[in-house]
Amino acid sequence: MMSDYSLSSLRLLVRQISYENRLFRRTAIAAFFTLALPLIFLLFFGSIFDDLDVAPGQVVAAVQFYAPGLAVFSAVSATYTNIGIGTAISRDEGILRRIRSTPIPQWVYMGGVVGSGVLIALFGALIMLVVGFGFFGLEMDTGRVPAAVVTFLVGLASFSLLGLALAAVAPSGQSAPALANATILPLALISNVFVVIPDPARWLDIVGNVFPLKPFVEAFYAAFDPFRTGSAWEPVLLVQIAVWGMLGAVVIIRRFQWEPKVGGRSKSFRVRRIR
Amino acid sequence: MSAITVSGLSKSYGDVVAVNELSFNVEPGEVFALLGPNGAGKSTTLEILEGHRSRDGGTVDVLGRDPEGGNRELLDRIGVVLQEAGIERQLTVREVLEHYGACYSRRLPVDEVLALVGLDGLGDRRTHHLSGGQKRRIDLATGLIGDPDLLFLDEPTTGFDPSARRQAWEVIDGLRSLGKTILLTSHYMDEVEVLADRVLVIVGGRAAATGTPAELRGDASRESLIRTRLPVDESGTAEDLLGSLEGRYSVHNGVLELWTSTPTTDLQYLTTWAVEHGTDLDGLEVSRPTLEDIYLDLTSRAGGGEGTEPRLTHDV
Repeated sequence: MMSDYSLSSLRLLVRQISYENRLFRRTAIAAFFTLALPLIFLLFFGSIFDDLDVAPGQVVAAVQFYAPGLAVFSAVSATYTNIGIGTAISRDEGILRRIRSTPIPQWVYMGGVVGSGVLIALFGALIMLVVGFGFFGLEMDTGRVPAAVVTFLVGLASFSLLGLALAAVAPSGQSAPALANATILPLALISNVFVVIPDPARWLDIVGNVFPLKPFVEAFYAAFDPFRTGSAWEPVLLVQIAVWGMLGAVVIIRRFQWEPKVGGRSKSFRVRRIR
Repeated sequence: MSAITVSGLSKSYGDVVAVNELSFNVEPGEVFALLGPNGAGKSTTLEILEGHRSRDGGTVDVLGRDPEGGNRELLDRIGVVLQEAGIERQLTVREVLEHYGACYSRRLPVDEVLALVGLDGLGDRRTHHLSGGQKRRIDLATGLIGDPDLLFLDEPTTGFDPSARRQAWEVIDGLRSLGKTILLTSHYMDEVEVLADRVLVIVGGRAAATGTPAELRGDASRESLIRTRLPVDESGTAEDLLGSLEGRYSVHNGVLELWTSTPTTDLQYLTTWAVEHGTDLDGLEVSRPTLEDIYLDLTSRAGGGEGTEPRLTHDV
């Protein structure tokens, strides 16, 4: 009986992921911010900045410095931002309430949301790298591919969990976009996503290093870093990113709620009525 | 074996008692209604039966299982129609039903379910193009898609206009003929009277009355109500009339209400008195108590009352 259910759970998970993918495809605004906007940034930076002479006889395309950060930003937008906002809205609309009354296990629903976010992020990164490699002279040593892939996946996993944690703490679907942007945009400015701040103030440096975005950008950039030799593994940064993911998991376990928090008939509302 | 057996169920939120020593059972194929005002504990009871809320005391058995803690095998065999459960607006009705249907081990064909709930021909419509009543039918459809043995309907027609309610009742009545066991909550007396085989009236978390709608209303031997404007004789009073009614009456705003188990005799007495005194019985009517009368009586009594004396003694 158990094995029967775990088999069907896997099938359900695959279904749930494709279901969430379909929802994403039909939400034009999310597709624009997640997939198109970072690409527009890349095209913009790629067009206005010239190649750099990094050493005598060594010329590096400008996108070598921008593409990794933008790919990470696109990935964070597909996971943290989209999952956080989407899940909070689904909760407000009572979709989570409905899910809970079906035999779909809760982890399958969350897995579907996360799996879909990860696939969309991989798709976005793929487009960006193809454009970068194909049109702007982006380069990567093949020996660094494993480090790049693993780093990207660890980052996606952590930011997906943080997205669900964001939904867990957001008071409503309406406030979730503000919360998502208020946390991720300022962080992006000090995390070398768009530009690398030369000689940052010490506190900016510390703040950037404490939160997980800058470690993600740095660890992924390592695979593209023209000044560096070797396989580009950044184990300390990976651990740091993973710890944030685990913190997110703790918040989910402690705070995640399937009933709408606002309006409707949440528990506190009912209790008031009983009084 | 009963489809649902609840015994001594209790649940409190902090020091607020939501459900207090509630006991009832629902037989297979039966339409059973939990009737009560808002905050009576209907939804809490339903949530406990579905496994979404823990209980403080008592035993609960649903289809042979204890639902506490969420039980996937149980959820596979029940259909739940909740209030304010959202639907993915970007999808078509068919996509929604196919998705939710896929999570059940048994399922009904989508077109069959659409016909059952009266959404034929709307399968390829995006859900956000549907009216409120049609969306409610999707709720019913998602509750039915898994071919459940037991269906929970939480206030299925709250917020409906009268014609939409009639239609929903027809749909639910159709489910009865499929042999589904249905537990519904409602605060509409007429709804329960039309739909339910048996009713449990809950007030303040306690059972206030139970029985078939007919039993609650009282069978043929129970009292009828004779109502008329208080007749007045030449002396300006009806003292002799009232005196002979032996305290079985009440007078409000000049209207005499007489509860009687012998309406024929009392009517003859009243009309004879009126003819002898050369007066008329304005607005004379004889009625049997509606379920609404009984319900209001029960709720006002159990709720501490608004000064209304209990007229009826329909014991639980």
